[in-house]
Amino acid sequence: MTINRNPFSEESEGLKDRFAYLILLFFLLFLFLMFRLWYLQIIKGPSYRNMSDNNRTRIQDILPSRGLILDRKGRILVDNYPAYDLSIVREDISDFESFRQKLTAFLGLSPAEAKAAFAAAKVTPAFKPILIQSDLDQSDLVSLETHRFEFPGILIQVRPRRKYMYEMLASHVIGYLGEISPEQLKHPKYEGYRMGDLIGRYGLEAEHEINLNGRRGWRQVEVAASGRVLRVIKQVPPSPGNDLVLTLDLDLQRVAEEALGDTAGAIAVLDPRTGEVLALVSKPSYNQEDFIKGISPEKWAALVNNPKHPLQNRAVSGQYMPGSIFKIVSALAALGEGLVTPETTIFCNGGYKFGNRIFHCWKRSGHGIVNLEKALVESCDVYFYDIGRRINIDRLAYYSKALGLGTVTGVGLRNEKPGLVPTVEWKKKRFNQPWMQGENLSVIIGQGFNLVTPLQMARLVATVVNGGKLFEPSLVSRIQDSQGKVIKIFSPKFLGQIPLSPKHLELVKKALVKVVQSPRGTGRAARLDGIIVGGKTGTAQVVSESRTDEYKDSDDRPYEYRDHAWFVAFAPAENPRIALAVIAEHSGHGGSVAAPVAKKILEAFFEGEKLELNAKASTEKKAGVIQ
Amino acid sequence: MMFDRRLIENFDWIFISLVLLLSGLGILNLYSVSSTVSGEGTPVYIKQFYWLLVGLSFLLVVLLIDYVQLEKFAYPLYITGIILLLGVFVFSRTIAGTRRWLDLGLFSFQPSEVMKIIFVIALSKYFATRKYEEGIGFKGLVAPLMLTGLPFLLILRQPDLGTALHLGLVGLSLTLFLKVRWDALLLLSSGVAASLPFVWSVLKVYQKQRIMTFLNPARDPYGAGYHIIQSKIAVGSGQFWGKGFMKGTQSRLKFLPEQHSDFAFSVFAEEWGFAGTMLLLGLFLLLIIWGLRIVSRSKDKFASLLGAGLIFIIFWQAFINICMVLGLMPVVGIPLPFISYGGSSLVTTYIAVGLILNIGMRRFMFQQD
Repeated sequence: MTINRNPFSEESEGLKDRFAYLILLFFLLFLFLMFRLWYLQIIKGPSYRNMSDNNRTRIQDILPSRGLILDRKGRILVDNYPAYDLSIVREDISDFESFRQKLTAFLGLSPAEAKAAFAAAKVTPAFKPILIQSDLDQSDLVSLETHRFEFPGILIQVRPRRKYMYEMLASHVIGYLGEISPEQLKHPKYEGYRMGDLIGRYGLEAEHEINLNGRRGWRQVEVAASGRVLRVIKQVPPSPGNDLVLTLDLDLQRVAEEALGDTAGAIAVLDPRTGEVLALVSKPSYNQEDFIKGISPEKWAALVNNPKHPLQNRAVSGQYMPGSIFKIVSALAALGEGLVTPETTIFCNGGYKFGNRIFHCWKRSGHGIVNLEKALVESCDVYFYDIGRRINIDRLAYYSKALGLGTVTGVGLRNEKPGLVPTVEWKKKRFNQPWMQGENLSVIIGQGFNLVTPLQMARLVATVVNGGKLFEPSLVSRIQDSQGKVIKIFSPKFLGQIPLSPKHLELVKKALVKVVQSPRGTGRAARLDGIIVGGKTGTAQVVSESRTDEYKDSDDRPYEYRDHAWFVAFAPAENPRIALAVIAEHSGHGGSVAAPVAKKILEAFFEGEKLELNAKASTEKKAGVIQ
Repeated sequence: MMFDRRLIENFDWIFISLVLLLSGLGILNLYSVSSTVSGEGTPVYIKQFYWLLVGLSFLLVVLLIDYVQLEKFAYPLYITGIILLLGVFVFSRTIAGTRRWLDLGLFSFQPSEVMKIIFVIALSKYFATRKYEEGIGFKGLVAPLMLTGLPFLLILRQPDLGTALHLGLVGLSLTLFLKVRWDALLLLSSGVAASLPFVWSVLKVYQKQRIMTFLNPARDPYGAGYHIIQSKIAVGSGQFWGKGFMKGTQSRLKFLPEQHSDFAFSVFAEEWGFAGTMLLLGLFLLLIIWGLRIVSRSKDKFASLLGAGLIFIIFWQAFINICMVLGLMPVVGIPLPFISYGGSSLVTTYIAVGLILNIGMRRFMFQQD
């Protein structure tokens, strides 16, 4: 049945064309969309795929554990301990306000501390932990753990932190950690480090940073848009840092630190056969633990502004006048230049005239007839003044340098200083003045322009008594990985045989033994039972005689005017196994102050040797080696 | 109502199959989307299935109506539509600061959705009862403009920029479908251009933001630009073969927002790649062209215009959504027919489909004797 409607057939036909155009139009528009999809999915496809991967994956750091520092016998000096950080996770807490109050009260936080701690709560997503307190102390940790059920929503996380096992022991040698600076980050040496990383800033922690640090690991995790970590895709574990085995002996270091006590000064103890440093002390010292959490500005200011400079390692960068201990060099120079023989004598009446001046001997009454040996044993100045008058300063410098003075020893601490050996050329450059012969007389007895470091003096003594072998002192014995496998051994670095006659060395060595062993020897305070000790005392003037003349007794002088006390020693005399130098600042005479310190160290050293021998014997006995 | 065997003969099975195929793909896609949403309540793909059934029932109802009746009641229907739109401002339920829904106790619906169809009916009637010699002239444009403009503005005020835009485009297309005299066309274009500043001023701040961000998504990558950027990443990262069904990382890991609604296409593109999008686009194109084929065979002018208008509704909705998802248009909140989740959209689209089938079924009534 047809409906009676006006079909408008012509117009319908017209519309048919329109439909055709319409189909074409739709087709073109869809084609346009297809091109767009081609562009997005095929042409830019790889880069979008990259972006979608970037969206969903994050790289998380895994920090490596830092290498340990051990003493020569493998005892741990610096370790890593777990530090416990307290965080809270908001989405696990049902009533935040009451939780906040309870926790604040439990930890004993002040309102300001609580405010600071919880400040992050508002802007952090609910599933993300908020750090409340880092490095909880033991008591808080224990209480929190036992009361855990009262605080659902707390999260205690553990991370490694540096632990210096012996407070203030070898602080200058070991050093401390601090945050890496932006400038350092730019350096290619520190590739792989990030902002906020702790690196060694001083001492061996700094010198061996690359070895100690290890390499961080990473894990690639999948995250959702909210940032929540869903799973671990890939993981590369960190490689732990390597351990440093030092040449230091913990027992000896302890004794040395204690022996010097609160006196400002330094001690350097070497093995003359190898150049290994057995102990290195600098006082005043500082506490490395203060640096662990990042040192507070107040503490830092206190350290830096302290007039006694506790951060300075006096053993290697303290440059002092050697005083009478320099006479060792003078004696060898005089013998080497042929200016004296062992039999040459001079009469000391307490003064020596040179030019229009009288140079005084420390013993105003004079020493009488003095030969080389007596001059050393009783430390007669007049004998050496005479040498000084006759010697050429540059020739004296030659012997000083041959014995290792005037340059850094190369022990491996970057703040080491070279000291000073005066020469004609040096004075010209420094003061633009010619050398005056009279100045020899000060230099020859270790006053004047001479400057030495305690480590240099210890090495000097070692070289004289080991037959003339000059070593580069070493602090690190070997590097081993965390499993104990040795990676690198630092053998003793022999720098060469010094160009001095062994006969002369032997002569001087014999005299030095008498310094300690003979009843009038200035070093008699260092005598030991059963071991023959040799050495030399020294008293380094700090200010000129004119200023101190007003004080009758050296003890009356104000601290800064008091002389430094030096003592160098070695033992046993025949084949020395230990050589040391001690300086006690502003402490008066070397014989009375520095020598007793040396004695304590020597005692401890030989005690230790004996114990080790006994222990070895008993284990061998047990093993049936000796019956 | 008449029931004639020929009605069934002329029922276009291919067309309904295409519709069901697209709806099926939509549900499949929503299945993937649902798996990323952990929560109580019925999963979205099941809800979509229910809406599908609802849509089919509406479709059946529509099939039984003789569309000629629609022509009779075109203008009253239009008035009703306008009243409902006005009613939104009075009786509405505010969701997210917009007033689009009428709460009728048992259910709520968006008048703007159904208005699209009513509007097309009215406009088709208007054009069908006029005769244009050389195309529509100045005078001829007035009524269509007003017919379009009124619901356009009302919807814009809701505010619903997307639907307003959609309706405007449909009206414009339908008008242009008939020949328009070139001078009138010029006037029309300048009129549209001139109205833009006015439209801009009426826009809410966030809508303006959306347009600004569209022009430069990088300007606000975590705010307004986020959707566009993440959508493009999702689409682009699918590359040729896609990441695989249910393996789209942008959707699974929730980087892509509105996955079930506006950005459903992005999920599809990420998982099925270029191969998949070409298929889907091809299906849409086929649907459109097939629908035009049905409609063009009618001898009834009203039916032809109505059919064209309905096709425009489906086409523009798909086109706007896909452009939006591909970053070619600002985000305006238009769902993709059959694919995006949304009851109102689905039902409206099925009504339109039903009407198209209806037109096809009754074309025999106008056979030339």
